[in-house]
Parts: sequence; C-alpha cells; structure tokens
Amino acid sequence: MNFDLTAFRAEFAFFNQQPDWVYLDNAATMHKPAAVISAEAEFYQTFNANVHRGAHQLSQQATQKFEQARDTVAEYLNTRAREEIIWCSGATAALNQLAYGLMGTVLHPGDRVLISALEHHANIVPWQFHCEQLGVLLDVIPLDANHQLDVAEYQRLLALKPKVVSIAQVSNVLGHIQPVAVMVQQAKAAGAITIIDGAQGILLQQPDVQQLDCDFYVFSGHKVYGPTGIGVLYGKRPKLELLRPLLYGGEMIQQVSFSGTTLNQLPYRLEAGTPNIAGAIGLAAALRWLQPWDHLAIAQHKQQLLQQLHHGLQQLSGIELISQLQNNAGIIAFNIKGEHHSDVAALLNQQQIAVRAGTHCAMPLFAAIGKSGAVRMSLAAYNTPQDVARTLVAVRQVLEILS
Amino acid sequence: MTGLTLLMVDTDQTLQQIKQQQLPILIQTTDWQSKYRILMQLGKGVPAFTTDLQRDEFLIAGCDSKAWLLHEYHQQSGRHYWAFDSEARIIKGLVLLALCQLNGLTNTELVQINFSQLFALPGVQQNLSPSRQNGLHAVLKKLSQQAGLPG
Ligand SMILES: Cc1ncc(COP(=O)(O)O)c(C=O)c1O
Repeated sequence: MNFDLTAFRAEFAFFNQQPDWVYLDNAATMHKPAAVISAEAEFYQTFNANVHRGAHQLSQQATQKFEQARDTVAEYLNTRAREEIIWCSGATAALNQLAYGLMGTVLHPGDRVLISALEHHANIVPWQFHCEQLGVLLDVIPLDANHQLDVAEYQRLLALKPKVVSIAQVSNVLGHIQPVAVMVQQAKAAGAITIIDGAQGILLQQPDVQQLDCDFYVFSGHKVYGPTGIGVLYGKRPKLELLRPLLYGGEMIQQVSFSGTTLNQLPYRLEAGTPNIAGAIGLAAALRWLQPWDHLAIAQHKQQLLQQLHHGLQQLSGIELISQLQNNAGIIAFNIKGEHHSDVAALLNQQQIAVRAGTHCAMPLFAAIGKSGAVRMSLAAYNTPQDVARTLVAVRQVLEILS
Repeated sequence: MTGLTLLMVDTDQTLQQIKQQQLPILIQTTDWQSKYRILMQLGKGVPAFTTDLQRDEFLIAGCDSKAWLLHEYHQQSGRHYWAFDSEARIIKGLVLLALCQLNGLTNTELVQINFSQLFALPGVQQNLSPSRQNGLHAVLKKLSQQAGLPG
C-alpha cells in the first residue's frame, strides 16, 4: 500500500494558486488535476470540431476522441457494452431522464416508485413531479435512529412491489454509505428496476456495474476530479431501450419526415444535441488519471482524515455531530449548539476554510432528523492532516467568538 | 412616541445605543475576531421576535437563514421605525447596523442616506457568501421600499 500525498496534491494547480485555503467542500465539487485540464485544453487547441457529423477529418478525429472517452468510462464501470454509457450533463440530468423516461413505458397509474429519505433533491423532485402527473405512487424509505436507512421498513415497502427503486449510494449530507449491493438484490427479487445515484459514491471504490447488477447507475464528472457539465447515465441495454428520450434533436434521430421520425440506436438515441465533447474527454482523462493510484491506500488516507476530524470535533464542547464515523465516505455534518449553521460557515470562511452550510439540497433529510440545517465538511484524497488540524483550530476560534 | 408598538420602542432604544457605542468602535476595529465578536453580540440587545411575529408576511425572501423585517410609519412625527430578527447572528448584526443609521428618520432625512453604503462594514461584507449577500440585498430593497424610496 502506497500513497504519496505530496505527489498527489501536486497534481492540482489550484492549491498552488490558493495556498491559504483549506478546501472542505468536495461533496459540492472537486478540484481537477492537470491531466484533466490539459485534456480539455488539448481538445480545444488541437481537435476542436463537432462530432459524428463533419465531412472533414477534424470531425473524425474529434469523434474518435469522444468515443474513446466513452470506452474509458465503460471500462471503468465494467459495463457489458460501450453503448450502455450515455453522456449527459450530470447526475441531475441523468435522474431526470430516468424519471421521465420510465413514465408511461414502465410506470403506469397506480404503480409505485421507492426512494429514500436521505436522497438529494435530484433523486426526489423528478419522481415527485412525474409521479403526480401520471398517478404513480411515491414511497419513501425512512431513516432509523442512527440516520441510516431503516432496513425493516425497506422490506415492508418492497413488499408493495415497487416497479422502480432509486437510492443514493452515499448520503451527500451525512456521508453515510448505504448497503446498495444488498438493496439492489432485494429490489430485484421484488421485481423492481434499480437505480443507484452514484454522485457521492463514484469515488468510494471503482464501481463494477456487472457485479452490482443494478439496472442504472448515474454520476457527475465534477465529483470525480472531472469537469462540470458532464455526467454519465449507465444502463443495461434492454433497460435503456425502455426509456422515452427526454430531449429530441440532433444525432439521436435517424430519419425525419413530417409523417414521422425514427430514432437512432443507443447510445445516440438518448444524446440529443451537440454533446459536451470537451467535458467527456476531460472526464475520461480524470478516470484514466485516477485509476493507477492505489485506491485502497487512498481510502485509508481519507479514513484517517475523517477520524482526525471527527475526533477533533468530538473533543470540543458545544459541537453536535450529526454524521457517524462508521461507514462514512468522508463527510462530517455538524452544528454548534444554539448557533445557526450559516454563522458558523461565515466564521470559517473568514478563516479561509471552505465548507457548506444549509440543507444541501436534501430538505426531506433534515425534516427527518429534525434539524434546520448543518455545516458540512467533505474530505477528498488531496486534503492533508494539516488541513484538518487548521480546520479544528478554526472551529475553536468560531466557538470562542460565538461564546 | 405614542402609537408605536412596544417592540418598536425597545428596538429604537437599542439601535440608538448601537449607533453611539458599537458602530464607531466597529468602524475602527481592524482585527476580524474583535469585529465579529461585536457584530455577533449586537443582536442580543434587541428584543427577539415572538413566534407570532415570525410570520411569512414579514419574511425576507432570498436569505439562506430566515429573517423578518417590520416597519412602522409614525404619522404624528413623520418618522420611520423598524424592527428586525434573524436566525443568523451575522445577518442580524449587519442589519441592525444599517437600521441604527435609519431608524427614526423622516422622509426628507431618508432621501439623503446612501443605501448602498449601509452594509459597508470594512472587512465583513466582502467575506459573506453569495447567498448572504443576496439576503442583505433583499433587506436593502425592502427597506428602501418601506421608506418610500425608488429602487
Ligand atoms: C447524492 C447526489 N445526487 C445528485 C447530485 C446532483 O449532482 P449534479 O448537481 O452534479 O447534477 C448530487 C450533487 O450534489 C448529489 O450529491
């Protein structure tokens, strides 16, 4: 096991530009290594052309790079076929495509969809909106006392035979890792189509979608060291075929006449309009860059940071920890007793500690745990023990100012 | 000041105190810790809103913490009075600093106030998050509407 933190961190120019900042808002978006920035720059400088349509060689080169990027993602996720990778703008777009795309094809009035109380709004609101329109019922797995999904309730709700189960791999607020592999098996046994929102889980370990055996897996590029504006909708081919496209136009069409239109094949059928070509190339560069690092050693490093942070906060009086240390992907949500989370974040910001405060696009989770919000510190592999130590000093300063 | 609610009278007393005592100190204070410490304590002096005053009609839209602003125009004297509360101490402190410069002014006095400078506490405002800045902007907009000023 081997992880050279200094070398790893040196890949990120950001930290040279902003040496005074401690960045603990990684669950919102991550920094990009040089490999990603240069891959995007190289595309624009050298190959820039639209894909799949030009009569010229430049377009062929761009298309080749773009399709190679798809291969990279397909390999990273261990899909059965490259056509199972659909580009989209991010996890939100992917989940919207899924909610819209399953309505009327898989889901009919009176059917049920099952999500959980700890979902990001992106995995709640599209379902809520489309379910209501079509008369589909939306069930929610509640949380237990430890802010984990209530396993017994999950069994009970599965017995209602939902047609679709859509759950987050990791809570973006708490960092708690959900037992998605088991949950997928149980959902499949109950006959449901399974969706994993991997937005916060993609970095946990390299996902093997064949082993997970979920029907769909979605994630955003910018939460895996890649660019913003690009994401992935993975689906098993027969399940992707079921989806009604959310967007129409461009390469997704084979034949158009005013008497009717035939759609292109997968993956193009679900990729309307000019795609984010540079983004796809950048995302593939991120995965290629990430792969050779020792993932086990990285995970261990992150766990050490998490422990240092959790223990450090625990030792301060007046801190109310919301996240648990066990089964945590690297996020600590907490409050200072009697204080508003936004005051705490502002005083940390003053000390150049970047955190997030609020309800983190997960208002139902906060309703479930009976809090109006929290401060969230989210770690990444490029964070250092010094980052955490400085953060703890800063929190102590906040406590002092507020006292 | 007959006709003003008790809340307005109490708030006005504290605001005048803030204007005379804390505001001059705050402007001179350079280290951020002391500045924030004073700012955070400002709100403690003014009465908190009871739950029946924390009504949606007084809520300022656009704050990431909840904030309520009340305005009364005193007919007899022609003066404007405000009361404010927020879940967040920084917002409350900053808005009270603004209000202490406005409270009890007449229409003609209010026109001479540079509203865009009201929150300009050196070293604080530029360090607030975008949503906070939006929140303060929303307070400012409501304040100038209530004061009967354009924009
Ligand atoms: C669990 C989860 N799902 C979905 C999303 C949405 O991702 P994006 O904003 O990149 O579309 C996020 C982003 O915070 C998330 O944490």
